[in-house]
Amino acid sequence: MGGFDFDVIARGAPFIWGGMLLTLELTALAVTGGLLLGIVIALLRLSPLKPVSWLAAFYVNFLRSMPLILVIFWFYTLVPKMIGSSISGFQSVLIAFVLFEAAYYSEIIRAGIASVRAGQISAAMALGLTRLQAMRYVILPQAIRNMIPVLLTQSIIMLQDTSLVYVVGLRDFLTTAEIVANRDNRPIELYTMVAVVFLVVCFSLSRLVGRLRRKYSL
Amino acid sequence: MSGYNWNWPILLKEPYFGWIVSGFGSTCAIALLAWAIAFPLGSVIGIARTVDNRIVRGIATAYVDVFRNIPLLVQMFLWYFVVPELLPKDLGSWVKRDMPYPQLSTAIVCLGLYTASRVAEQVRSGLESIPRGQRYAGMAMGLNGFQVYRYVLIPVAYRIVIPPLTSEFLGVFKNSSLALTIGVLELTSQARQIEEYTFASFEAFTVATVLYCLVTLLVILLMRIVEGRTRLLGAITAGG
Repeated sequence: MGGFDFDVIARGAPFIWGGMLLTLELTALAVTGGLLLGIVIALLRLSPLKPVSWLAAFYVNFLRSMPLILVIFWFYTLVPKMIGSSISGFQSVLIAFVLFEAAYYSEIIRAGIASVRAGQISAAMALGLTRLQAMRYVILPQAIRNMIPVLLTQSIIMLQDTSLVYVVGLRDFLTTAEIVANRDNRPIELYTMVAVVFLVVCFSLSRLVGRLRRKYSL
Repeated sequence: MSGYNWNWPILLKEPYFGWIVSGFGSTCAIALLAWAIAFPLGSVIGIARTVDNRIVRGIATAYVDVFRNIPLLVQMFLWYFVVPELLPKDLGSWVKRDMPYPQLSTAIVCLGLYTASRVAEQVRSGLESIPRGQRYAGMAMGLNGFQVYRYVLIPVAYRIVIPPLTSEFLGVFKNSSLALTIGVLELTSQARQIEEYTFASFEAFTVATVLYCLVTLLVILLMRIVEGRTRLLGAITAGG
């Protein structure tokens, strides 16, 4: 196969950059959607109405026991059948990611709220704060500090997980690199490049999260 | 879902029933064998991250950083397409041609080494959650470094990390589905194949989903029993 050929990567770069943009777009949209839905589910789980909180718990545990690939397949083949019209691969994958990640985000949010000691709520109530005020001024400021690093870490995992769209042929960073690797018969160069890029990006991001955690932890 | 032709009985017909059974078998085999790599290796790396020796700690940290910051799917491709090319010629061609079950073995090794980095993080956090005083108390009693780990730290740390290790174990089951990208016919890919042959997509994916959920339930029940049996009286648990 000869030496490591950087030219192959340079020639494929414009095409692969397009894939990178899709990866970033998917990650950004899925993180936003997953967080919003995750907040709703976490609130439902903390609801005093038992059936509501059970339903939310069922949703979370059900999705967390499924492999992401299977969830992607579910939505890729079934959403078009259910709504009777075709939607793009990107949209179906985005739905799968949002629903899947929301289960994980909601667990992190719930754990963050639970991490604030129960005594603090009692103390806040004893001071005459209403339940809502206690949440707003006592619980959430601490809970958010606790959960933000974990939410960011989950988002880094999410960035890595987007590579799974490969299974439905969506042209993300990994898939475009794979296409070039097959076309030029250069798997070593292309896959090594993908691994190094992910390693550098994700490692730097997780270091940043670590610094953030140390700076803001209580 | 109007106009959908339900066809549950097709799942019991051959060859589809056999596909599901063999797919489930492969999934279990990959998961259990990968765990057999991940648990001991991850334990060693996790412990290595807490020792005093800087070099040992540095190597263990580097392992965890590398394996956790590359997507598992990319790692799968590296092991399958790249590593055999980098090996010495004879070994490389053995891996590509003569190794038994090449795809399955590659998937097991890849998943095992990846999961080891996750197990290592759990073991490390378990060890670090033990108050430092216990280590010093052990040393004050005349135990050497090895004995402190063997008799004081490890027995407590592993009890603390049973719940997170359970979810890592379930993670191996779920992640074994990635083996389909290098051609292993495990549960998810068999469901996909049935879907392509029969168009019974809802039925095929449902049976796969149910099997994954059953595994999850079973493992969680089993680990609850293990946790109950191994509980130390008066020990501090992760919950505080």
